[in-house]
Amino acid sequence: MTTFTPSSSEEVLSVVLGALSEEAPLEIVGHGSKRGIGRLVQAAHTLDLSALSGVTLYEPEELILSAKAGTPLAEIGKLLDDNRQQLAFEPMDYGPLFGDGPGRGTIGGVLAANISGPRRIKAGAARDHILGIHAVSGRGEAFKSGGRVVKNVTGYDLSKAMAGSWGTLAVVTDLTFKVLPAAETETTLAVRDLTDDVAANVMAHAMGSSAEVSGAAHLPVLVSGKVAGGALSGAAATLLRVEGVTPSVAWRIGHLKDLLKAAGEMQEIGAEQSRALWRDIRDCAPFAGGKKPVWRVSMAPSEAHRMVDALRRQAGANAFYDWQGGLIWLEMEADPEASALRAMIRRFGGGHATLIRAAEPERAALDVFEPQPPALAALSARLKAEFDPKGILNPGRMSGTG
Amino acid sequence: MSGLTMPPSDKATLARRAEIVADMRLIVPGEGVVDATSEMRAFETDGLTAYRQLPMVVVLPETTRQVARILKYCNERNIKVVPRGSGTSLSGGALPLEDAVLLVMSRFNRILDIDYPNRIVVAQPGVTNLGISIAVEQDGFYYAPDPSSQIACSIGGNVAENSGGVHCLKYGLTANNVLGIEMVLMNGEIVRLGGRHLDAEGYDLLGIMTGSEGLLGVVTEVTVRILKRPDMARALLVGFPSSEEAGQCVADIIAAGIIPGGMEMMDRPAIHAAEAFVHAGYPLDVEALLIVELDGCGAELDHLIGRVEEIARQNGSVTCRISQSEEERLVFWLGRKAAFPAVGRISPDYYCMDGTIPRKELPRVLHGMRELSEKYGLRVANVFHAGDGNLHPLILYDANIPGELDKAEAFGADILKLCVKVGGVLTGEHGVGVEKRDLMGEMFNQTDLDQQMRVKCAFDPGHLLNPGKVFPQLRRCAELGRMHIHRGQMPFPDIPRF
Repeated sequence: MTTFTPSSSEEVLSVVLGALSEEAPLEIVGHGSKRGIGRLVQAAHTLDLSALSGVTLYEPEELILSAKAGTPLAEIGKLLDDNRQQLAFEPMDYGPLFGDGPGRGTIGGVLAANISGPRRIKAGAARDHILGIHAVSGRGEAFKSGGRVVKNVTGYDLSKAMAGSWGTLAVVTDLTFKVLPAAETETTLAVRDLTDDVAANVMAHAMGSSAEVSGAAHLPVLVSGKVAGGALSGAAATLLRVEGVTPSVAWRIGHLKDLLKAAGEMQEIGAEQSRALWRDIRDCAPFAGGKKPVWRVSMAPSEAHRMVDALRRQAGANAFYDWQGGLIWLEMEADPEASALRAMIRRFGGGHATLIRAAEPERAALDVFEPQPPALAALSARLKAEFDPKGILNPGRMSGTG
Repeated sequence: MSGLTMPPSDKATLARRAEIVADMRLIVPGEGVVDATSEMRAFETDGLTAYRQLPMVVVLPETTRQVARILKYCNERNIKVVPRGSGTSLSGGALPLEDAVLLVMSRFNRILDIDYPNRIVVAQPGVTNLGISIAVEQDGFYYAPDPSSQIACSIGGNVAENSGGVHCLKYGLTANNVLGIEMVLMNGEIVRLGGRHLDAEGYDLLGIMTGSEGLLGVVTEVTVRILKRPDMARALLVGFPSSEEAGQCVADIIAAGIIPGGMEMMDRPAIHAAEAFVHAGYPLDVEALLIVELDGCGAELDHLIGRVEEIARQNGSVTCRISQSEEERLVFWLGRKAAFPAVGRISPDYYCMDGTIPRKELPRVLHGMRELSEKYGLRVANVFHAGDGNLHPLILYDANIPGELDKAEAFGADILKLCVKVGGVLTGEHGVGVEKRDLMGEMFNQTDLDQQMRVKCAFDPGHLLNPGKVFPQLRRCAELGRMHIHRGQMPFPDIPRF
């Protein structure tokens, strides 16, 4: 068991070629902040990309940023912040959920896990902002895809193929992302004490308005006290975030209040507290640090609360909702209840569930990622084989596919 | 056809044409199979009219099951298939092959579901891009990507090409607005990717499919995100004495944190052609004209319009009009939207190019284009999605003058090479197709292209779906799959390790 820490893409290529010649699989890690997700990788060696670090190009006026894969997300966040720009997909930090503390994670990991945050519903995920990559395939070949401009349809989009591939197709060494201006200010409107079904309607109504809501979450009463330092405790909170220039935010918040006036008691949350609040929602703070199994479920927003309600008749679970309801964070009382949950998701129109936090034996025994129907699973396996025919990159991490 | 090599025709397939046509009629009964030369003429080209080829047979299926049976039949018999939506491709993506079935998806023309709570429309692939917006407009919604062919182009074709439009800097391309598809693989298997939820449970196959130009699968259903229309939109029409100043104005607007709904630039020849055609009141004594459109609530527009006007003034604008009514805003756009036909009026033919460049390189690229224009003796007019650096040079030529099409194509190729040289790409939204196929080597080396072709192998190992497009040279999947491992080499040389 050797850990390699290359500091150039040439060295990464060399490690992969070495692994191929020995047929010795590699576990690929950045900071390891998401190592708790997915099946445990059985690998002879570790390829640690944390020394492959540094922003190589940042042109704010062209809206692009290029960095080596091991560049800390925090470093990129600071640089963008200094220029009043951001990664608009609002990448979450998995650290707190695993009790590891915040601030770790690399830009390569952001793409490998296709990370996003509350703004996913308006601005997309990492997949929607990646413009180009350089990578080394499991065949031991360095290749590139995409480019450094914000609009490009030349050839297949292999950069997107890396999104959510958890390092099982290729080792990405360099990435170029689209960056966007950060909002001048933000305000959150909190509607209090709604049941899950009424909250779903309120969020749908708000998202279907012209108020350009950039975050829509519902925290049931058991969860609402666990964000923003307890500022929302005591009653459920349905949260609608509006971002932009000051006069626009004020007008749109007024518009939302008018639109939702029959819904219930409302309060406005100012910029500073709003930022803290959405950071907690983004990072799944209500379930941070514990040991109970945590699922991340993506469904049609209108069906999510129905699914949760039905599931609770079978198993103990605590839940809160982001993405207008379409993202459910689910903390199970005891067992992960994988088959009950997945059956219920299918019953309510489909989607997918990923077991984010679980004990090692459970991760080894269960499908961490949603199993696919046979034709799709076979297609995914063929794609894996075209990138990594010898199975030397993160073998087993995604079980079924990779 | 000027100098384009397509895959060699399969004589065995052509010899069995009558039998294949009869079998197609068994799968698609009624009027859905067209084999008379006169009727197939309508399908011999797409939006890239320089290239024409009659297909072996045209098949217009109506159901996913029929598509699956056609593809399975062709796959088992080694018959090529070219999929086609509305046939508006500007890169020859739907150019038929002599020995291929042309699979036309236009009868898949129904909207299957409108779901306002989830802000989703489920449509068959033959529904037009504009058709989706029209279906939801009475409730104040629309589908954001708006390619200029939106009246005719199909949503299935939009998925194949990852189509953009003037609003994509703010609202994204097709890839950012499609949530799911149903598709049929060449082996006849039906696969669903995504749905009404966000993100994939495994590999982002939807991301790979979007922009794959009909080489990986045939889309039979599309689920898209719809948006509420902004309260209002207002536009500024700003003239500059040089493209440098206009370009700097665009950069400064973005640097100020403003992402306009649309930001278009036209150069002097394009301004003059458009003004002569539609009389939009464009200034004629400027070198560059910007249309900056802001959308949102009234409070936001009041706030931002003043800032954009100020930025324009600081960059030396010589004219600046701000739309005072919806009618006036539409007049500002009239010339830009009619730019292509306007250029068509001043030249017998024109050839529309589609490169993207880093915006800061605009002056250099425009200068290079002027030099090339002199070298080739052909005029060029430029319209430019200024916000995202997507350039549409229109090369003016006369196809009736022998050799002039070849000259226009060589000119176009030189422009695209220049785009790549300054850090840009061959195509921003029109696709590679046959048009830019042989230029792929300008951007990608053989290893890059081989890995793209291996993706093709995972979907269609026989290279039967839309062959001859995108890749300059097709390599057999068995050959691509071969590994060359050097066991003699020292494993893991000289890498820091613990």
